[in-house]
Amino acid sequence: MVAIVGLWCVAALLGIAGFGIVAGNWSQGSRLTYGATAATSTVALITAVLQLVGGTGVPPSIVLPLGLPWIGAHFRMDALSAFFLVVINLGGAAASLYGVGYGQHEDEPQRVLPFFPAFLAGMNLVILADDAFSFLLSWEFMSLASWALVMAHHHERDNIRAGYVYIVMACFGTLALLLAFGLLAGPEGGYAFASIRVHQLSPLLAGFVLGLALLGAGSKAGLVPLHVWLPLAHPAAPSHVSASMSGVMTKVAVYGFIRIVFDLLGPTAWWWSFPILAIGSGTAVLGVLYALMETDLKRVLAYSTIENIGLIFVGLGLALAFRANSLPAASALALTAALFHAFNHALFKSALFFGAGAVLTATGERQMERLGGLIHRMPTTSVVVLVACVAISALPPLNGFASEWLAFQAILLSPQLPLWGLKLLVPAVGALLALSAALAAACFVRVFGIVFLGRPRSPAAERAAEVDRWSLSAMVILAGLCILAGILPGFVIDAIAPVAQSLVGSRMPEQAGMSWLSIIPVAESRSSYNGLLVFCFIAASASLAAYVIHRLASHALRRAPAWDCGFPQSSPATQYTASSFAQPIRRVFGGYAFQARERVEMPPPGNLGPARFQVDLRDLAWELIYTPITNSVSVAAERLNRLQFLTIRQYLSLVFSALVFLLLVLALWS
Amino acid sequence: MVVISDLAIQGAQMLLVLTLAPLLTGFVRKVKAQLLRRRGASIVQPYRDLLRLLRKEVILADTASWLFRVIPYLIFATTWVAAALVPTFATSLLFSWSADLIAIIALLGSARFFLALAGMDVGTSFGGIGSSREVMIATLAEPAMIMIVFTLALLAGSTQLSNVASFMLSSSVGVRVSLALALVALVMVAIAENARIPIDNPATHLELTMVHEAMVLEYSGRHLAMIELAASLKLLLYISLIGCVFLPWGLALPGAGAAAQVAAVAVYIAKLAAGGFLLALFETTVAKMRVFRVPDFLGAALMLGLLGTLLLFVSRSL
Repeated sequence: MVAIVGLWCVAALLGIAGFGIVAGNWSQGSRLTYGATAATSTVALITAVLQLVGGTGVPPSIVLPLGLPWIGAHFRMDALSAFFLVVINLGGAAASLYGVGYGQHEDEPQRVLPFFPAFLAGMNLVILADDAFSFLLSWEFMSLASWALVMAHHHERDNIRAGYVYIVMACFGTLALLLAFGLLAGPEGGYAFASIRVHQLSPLLAGFVLGLALLGAGSKAGLVPLHVWLPLAHPAAPSHVSASMSGVMTKVAVYGFIRIVFDLLGPTAWWWSFPILAIGSGTAVLGVLYALMETDLKRVLAYSTIENIGLIFVGLGLALAFRANSLPAASALALTAALFHAFNHALFKSALFFGAGAVLTATGERQMERLGGLIHRMPTTSVVVLVACVAISALPPLNGFASEWLAFQAILLSPQLPLWGLKLLVPAVGALLALSAALAAACFVRVFGIVFLGRPRSPAAERAAEVDRWSLSAMVILAGLCILAGILPGFVIDAIAPVAQSLVGSRMPEQAGMSWLSIIPVAESRSSYNGLLVFCFIAASASLAAYVIHRLASHALRRAPAWDCGFPQSSPATQYTASSFAQPIRRVFGGYAFQARERVEMPPPGNLGPARFQVDLRDLAWELIYTPITNSVSVAAERLNRLQFLTIRQYLSLVFSALVFLLLVLALWS
Repeated sequence: MVVISDLAIQGAQMLLVLTLAPLLTGFVRKVKAQLLRRRGASIVQPYRDLLRLLRKEVILADTASWLFRVIPYLIFATTWVAAALVPTFATSLLFSWSADLIAIIALLGSARFFLALAGMDVGTSFGGIGSSREVMIATLAEPAMIMIVFTLALLAGSTQLSNVASFMLSSSVGVRVSLALALVALVMVAIAENARIPIDNPATHLELTMVHEAMVLEYSGRHLAMIELAASLKLLLYISLIGCVFLPWGLALPGAGAAAQVAAVAVYIAKLAAGGFLLALFETTVAKMRVFRVPDFLGAALMLGLLGTLLLFVSRSL
């Protein structure tokens, strides 16, 4: 029943996509399309929440006579699917609500309207799919729909490049997944997930599948070094699509990885967690360092997505390590931390992209160096973005801290692991996790401080005005959810419990019954955290302090020019900029991560020319991996190009020798 | 009954830290002056400063937003809540389970986040330089602190501070390499976090090396009073933390009588005085570092913390 509702929602979204083709020409067509998408996503969201919280027993499933005739199309909604459907449809509903207002500013709505519902439908289908064929088909459908959205503003040169890089990486990812499912299904070709679960793989093949899943899902999620497309493609799309791609589509990739590695692949080998922990923690630190060096607002957010994906994969790696060493309770804790963070990231990253979209609408600027002072002109947006910035920086009492805290608790359980390699790796992972959290705080001080605080750095920022109510309501809802999930984390943890139960065979202790709604991951003597009380304490002592001071002390206030040590400068150009704010961090970390070089060119005395300051950053992922690959591809293409200009005799002999070669292979094989 | 006594201790502690914090700052200043053979201001001067600031009007920059006016209260509140959760004289705090050591560190991180935002709000170059350097220092100090927390938590089997303190009081501690590493790292982090010499100079203005003072340059009146009080509280918090974890003797255990509690308060004040004296002594013997030497200093703290954690992963007895 529930699976049918989910599929009807997908069908409705596809119907809306069809409607969107014609709706682009009407004045109200955009609002209607987004409104209908929001309503459908909400229905799907409620279904998934009910299934996640109330669903017991056999997961609802359905087989449709579609797809490959001898398999059919299987769909199923177990706890894992239900959890990810909640994340997707929550993000989708918020993005659609935002789109009702934001979509009005679109120049060519017919390039967005049909693809946005189709994109959401594709993501829903990936999660619902219960056989390899429908999974891959939906995955590719999702990729192509999002590619069309990335190319919505195809007149800009950068977007064409972004679309090209994206489609190449997406095809590569799907190829890796295709091979992974091929290995999983085995020579008999049992492509339904149920028969894959039964089918046992040899350890070597299972290792291959893990690598392919890491390549396929990791390239979609943005693991370093497969991340290169993400900061190009996510910002190129309209902002509500960026929010869906960054906040939601990366979670579909995380789902794909969990489904393959935790569910389909069978028992966990001892070494699987090593590459995942190493790649995850490296991704977290490098992602946020990239974000700190970037000055385009939406690209900063895209790089920060890479960081958060790294954190999620660290959680998954820990869960695998505990699972391989049969410590189910600890594994459940690590998995819960990862899933909780995935949920949180969908909330605050969507809110941040909505905020970036609002800034783009109000000023036409994405470049942080030309923004500033928006807190005076966009009050609601600035509050929402501030809440999201605090949340993503993992600061209490908001939700980012709750999931980060769970991850730290999982790390503190890891001395139980018997393997020496893990004993040495896990503390380093913990240090990198802490480092990435601290860098994320620096990154979001920079984002909020440069964009919303200070004085406007351009006339456009000076003239900004608050955006429409639809966009604002979507942002406010997400910020409210960030606060709620932060002060009542126990309910989210309980909702995740069935997922952990089904994947690692254990769950965290029931949190709803804890006194004062605090969360206790293992035992009360070990650790506990109460977001609600911390929130109340801060609120109470801040109000108390403000009350006492305004009651007893002076409340006189005078406005005056800024003091600035006696030499206030009138030009806004004297403020710190985004790049100057990041300069100390670039000096500390940039030398290792980007081989950063700073050059100062001083004109000789007497010359009145300007002094110049230049920073060179090198993207090592491009230089070491992608440039060699593209170079060798173009060299090979150059060589093979000769094949186009052969005579008919040569072509015929080529065909003949290929035939002989194949026959020889066949003869030797059998 | 237990709840009531715990509540009383919790309340007493909150008032105690609030009243002692300016005194500690005054004491450190006095000792420093004496060591420099100056007479120095009275030890109660910080209270007078706070009262004077409270009575003055606030001069707010034209470009300041509402956030600039809210932030002093937020910083004060988060720091006070954090300081209220560190056992000072008794381990049985009613709310100690609501936030463990990681959460206390993160609360201080929240305060710093808002302070850095305040530095950027008015849009002056000094505010920007302060915020940018503060977050650079924080990116190394916070992971170092987390590694110290890991070391303590792995030893004590808990991240709850009161449990860590009870464990340190028990006989199973002994002399450990990892604890020594953690202590050195914690002292280094505490110096950096409280903007003391050699990282930053709390007594300077109009100098390009200042960090904390540059961020609060635009504050005046009651707002500045809140920020000064929060800074004093933070110093007190770190000294209490070092005292509670590494010198837990004299802490009143759960169920101790009233006389024991009073004695514990006296011991606590003695610990604060010793900490303050050592800080002043250290500050007069070293010179301030260049800003870009700070990462080396904090990187060393991070490595010490990581080493301590690693040792405990390898063997619980180290």
